Amino acid sequence: MSSFDVNKIREDFPVLSQTVNGKPLVYLDNGASSQVPNLVIERGSKYLAEEHSNIHRGVHYLSQNATTAYEAAREKVKRFINAKEAKECIFVRGCTEGCNLVAYSFGRKFINEGDEIILSQMEHHANIIPWQVVAEEKGAKIRVIPMNERGELILEEYENMLNERTKIVAITHVSNSLGTINPVKEMIATAHKFGVPVFIDGAQAIPHFPVDVQDLDADFYTFSGHKMFAPTGSGVLYGKKEWLDKLPPYQTGGGMIRTVTFEKTTYAPIPEKFEAGTPAIAANIGLGAAIDYLNSIDFEAAAAYEHELLEYATEKLSAIEGVRIIGTAKEKASVLSFTIENVHPHDIGTILDQQGIAVRAGHHCAQPVMQFFDVPATARASFAFYNTKEEVDKLVEAVQKVIEVFA
Amino acid sequence: MSELNDLYQEVILDHNKNPRNFREIESATNTADGNNPLCGDALRVYVEMEDDKVKDVAFKGSGCAISKASASMMTQAVKGKSKEDAEILFNEFHKMVTGELDAEADENSLGKLKIFAGVLEFPARVKCASLSWHTLHAALNEEETVSTE
Ligand SMILES: Cc1ncc(COP(=O)(O)O)c(C=O)c1O
Repeated sequence: MSSFDVNKIREDFPVLSQTVNGKPLVYLDNGASSQVPNLVIERGSKYLAEEHSNIHRGVHYLSQNATTAYEAAREKVKRFINAKEAKECIFVRGCTEGCNLVAYSFGRKFINEGDEIILSQMEHHANIIPWQVVAEEKGAKIRVIPMNERGELILEEYENMLNERTKIVAITHVSNSLGTINPVKEMIATAHKFGVPVFIDGAQAIPHFPVDVQDLDADFYTFSGHKMFAPTGSGVLYGKKEWLDKLPPYQTGGGMIRTVTFEKTTYAPIPEKFEAGTPAIAANIGLGAAIDYLNSIDFEAAAAYEHELLEYATEKLSAIEGVRIIGTAKEKASVLSFTIENVHPHDIGTILDQQGIAVRAGHHCAQPVMQFFDVPATARASFAFYNTKEEVDKLVEAVQKVIEVFA
Repeated sequence: MSELNDLYQEVILDHNKNPRNFREIESATNTADGNNPLCGDALRVYVEMEDDKVKDVAFKGSGCAISKASASMMTQAVKGKSKEDAEILFNEFHKMVTGELDAEADENSLGKLKIFAGVLEFPARVKCASLSWHTLHAALNEEETVSTE
């Protein structure tokens, strides 16, 4: 393994020192929600203890401090994903809201009867259903980029799908059920040749490697805070200013207006236009702290270490007879979906839990992926940079135990 | 592993591997589909009623060991019973796995089904154990689908 000091990192995450069912916790469900370092916990408590108040509306001391902290978090997000301007970073409740916001606002304005929306076979339901709703309302058509048996998108088919009726491409950067890293930079460039904007679901990418939205040339990019070491309720929708300026608001109400009469309302500029109502202030300040944390640890070294873990786990698990790895793309983030012959994933999940090992068992909100691989569900171990090789060994041992119980 | 053994007992593992009455009934008078959207467990229960008696009962579908074993043992338990007795069992089973009935202390007719009392320790798995029973209940009352969420 590399020189990355995982034991030191683990001290930053208080959750990890727990025992579960009498065993040390082995937390391998980072794809669902990752754990939160002390820096984030402390920043959140400081806000609650010293700054809690509403933002953008008070002239008083607390409100001004809260507003400053909130906007500082936005600035951190901007630098973290290399947006051109902080106002291109809209705070949302999470990735699901990011998907809904764009589908609804973009769809309402730019999608009409006969138009086409391109998704991929490996999308999370959050990036399928909002588009389905829009397509149904507008009489538009959903087209789906197929994948091969390794779980890689078939790019030739994608290119053939783009045409003058295509209004938007909405695809995931990293598949939450397969771990596949899609070549989104290349796919965005292809769409742009047809003048088509691209929406990227970055929920599973952002915790695993640095993302640069300008380098990708993404038109929209969304992610959740709780999967990147921040609290639930935090999240970001990035959009290029020229797009965000053109889109109608998603929700309306307080905080997003310039003037209101009963006859007519004019909206505030971005980002406020898309931030109606009181947002998750503490959570988003926490997201800012999570970014501070990632900046403090050499995120690239952490990503490389995590990748070694994935390779180690893949090798060990695939060596067990009866284990099938679902998702064997060449480019993968540290998500490892698997099944065991004749054992339902939920039974795997329960038996692993009894060993203190947390994995996810289910369809991972990606039923089309399950249908493609013809499995009802999978078990999924997803790693973060605070996991260890020893934990992978425990996973492997526990999987062997499952096979024994069901032999 | 003691707790685990409470859940994955020999009997349950056996019914999972060799589920009883795992078939369709062509002459079924009542059927219903049960889904557990969280897990993807999906099964169909077939009942053939004759003079208010469960003449035959069977199931098909896919699911975890707990849901399969529970369905399998359910078919054995209600076969030959009157609708009313089957409903009493449904109620008792439901109460047992939700902790409202203590299968050892309270009077009941659960018999072998008591083995599922162990799921109480596994809140995420209660729905797996009760899915087939809810589906049976729906079939007996001529509802077509149930979902345990
Ligand atoms: C790829 C992907 N997209 C979207 C989501 C939805 O994220 P959230 O539930 O945080 O809104 C998830 C979370 O599971 C995901 O993995």
